[in-house]
Amino acid sequence: MSDATLYGLCGAVLVGLGLFGLIVNPLPLRKILAFNLIGGGVFLLFGVVARRGAAAGLGGDPIPHALIITGIVVAFAATALAIALLLRLFRETGRATLGSDG
Amino acid sequence: MPNSATAGGFLLVLAIVLPVCGVLLSLVLGGRHAERIALILMPAGLAIALAIAAAVWSTHNVLQYSVGNWSPPLGVAFRADGLSTAMMVTTAVLICGIGLFARGQFPSPQQSELRAPLVFWTLMPAVWGALNAVFIGGDLFNLYVALELLTFAAVPLVSLDGRAETLAAALRYLLFALFGSILYLLGAVLLYGAYGTLDIVLLSGHIQAEPIAWAAISLMTTGLLAKAALYPFHLWLPPAHAGAPAPASAILSGLVVKAPFFLVIRLWFDIMPRMPQPAAAQVLGILGAAAILVGSVVALRQVRLKLLIAYSTVAQIGYLFLMFPLAIKPEMGHPWNTTAWTGGVLQAISHAFAKAAMFMSAGLIAEALGHDRIAELSGIGRALPITVFAFALGGVSLMGLPPSGGFVAKAMLLTAAVAEGQWWWAVVVLVGGLLAGGYVFLVLARALADSNEPLTLFATVSRRRQAVVVAVALCAVLLGFVPLHPSEFLQIGRPGIAVGGIR
Repeated sequence: MSDATLYGLCGAVLVGLGLFGLIVNPLPLRKILAFNLIGGGVFLLFGVVARRGAAAGLGGDPIPHALIITGIVVAFAATALAIALLLRLFRETGRATLGSDG
Repeated sequence: MPNSATAGGFLLVLAIVLPVCGVLLSLVLGGRHAERIALILMPAGLAIALAIAAAVWSTHNVLQYSVGNWSPPLGVAFRADGLSTAMMVTTAVLICGIGLFARGQFPSPQQSELRAPLVFWTLMPAVWGALNAVFIGGDLFNLYVALELLTFAAVPLVSLDGRAETLAAALRYLLFALFGSILYLLGAVLLYGAYGTLDIVLLSGHIQAEPIAWAAISLMTTGLLAKAALYPFHLWLPPAHAGAPAPASAILSGLVVKAPFFLVIRLWFDIMPRMPQPAAAQVLGILGAAAILVGSVVALRQVRLKLLIAYSTVAQIGYLFLMFPLAIKPEMGHPWNTTAWTGGVLQAISHAFAKAAMFMSAGLIAEALGHDRIAELSGIGRALPITVFAFALGGVSLMGLPPSGGFVAKAMLLTAAVAEGQWWWAVVVLVGGLLAGGYVFLVLARALADSNEPLTLFATVSRRRQAVVVAVALCAVLLGFVPLHPSEFLQIGRPGIAVGGIR
């Protein structure tokens, strides 16, 4: 098994674990963490894509790397916004859940 | 050919940069300047959208701009075809209307700084810029960023009043949106891995009918459906849209949910026109039909006016997805020629105006009465006749009564369903129209009834705000007077133009 395949499988496992957590876990904080797990998996997959697209003597295709960095920034912002909302909700109600159907 | 910048391409950059500059200035200056900046942006943005429309109309070609003069696949392209231009003009007109309406609801205080007005006037241009970025983005990753910007601008609008229930609604909305965007990103990564480009035009040339393309497109479509609140992903929408203040609800329900729908059109009609998938399109249609039936029936059972309107949005989003089974056929080279395609797009535009007008009139009614319980609306028709009239005009378009934009859109979907021999969609359209008539009538019957005791109004509602709501509702009705083949403009930028109208 080549390195790229191994990383690719790792990414797939992370995405799968994250999706499971996002759908099954009722707690918002866990959902946010699961979202970050999927994000990690997607960025790992993008890294594999970069490695496989290597050409012209380069070690990898540079475009996915640029996109990964942007993606990380976006995911970070999303997490920050979600945490801020959750903290505010906790301060207002004293609980960090979304009610019955959360 | 498609990879060179056209004259007037800078207008596309302005359409994104101007609102973003407004947001940054509002953040820096703060206080009551945010409102002034938004009020300056509104006519300027409208002028830009109209200038783009004029350029696209006069050249009958796609307006294009390559950022930094780098052409795709290395660079990022902005493209405005007929469809994106129509959506941009709709957005600009509606934002101007909502902005004028919101001046009465979010007046900026003279000395101090209030949170809700500041946030509203800052985020309204942010939503606008993000929407424009979605409509003209030519690169799938860029579109991901634009969608995320839209989400980040839209979510705080839900919880402007800071009550616990709206905070929970905003958080749920955000979680659904994050689920959707990460699936979209995963699909985009797979497409890049398979074809080495994310540019829509280049991708449509490279993409093959093979498993990885199916996997990518299904992931992206699922993600976008979660953001568009199509059944069964609609759970987040009613509390979020009903809990937001009226102008914010109008933006969220009228415009924000249309952006992911727009991207589904991009995916299905622009990226894979050469490999139509009628079976998958049927699934989208079935989900749309379920949304229409479930949304309408639940709307009928609502006690509060704003929740009723929010569930009606769930139903009307269903109509948008009926265009997929009707327009995607195996034997057709150009699915966009069909009546259904135009009908679906027209439904998106007319619903934007109708729903914004209904949310704003519901906001005025709630302001005047101090509540929005449907059972206690009697007498409001006498107290606020203009507002109730605007609500009724919006309702006419939702029901699909002539003459209104909703009528033309639904007539086109009906015609297409009959012409294609897929009569079951016609039944859904008709039943949905009847149910819409039911819930609109439910409200109007209460509102127009005479009350036994004299109605006490909590607040007076200015005529100017009522006039704005009527103007927005009239836009939805006037769309019905657009000649029956508006397809010509919408088709600009798509090969194989066939101007047909209702056949």
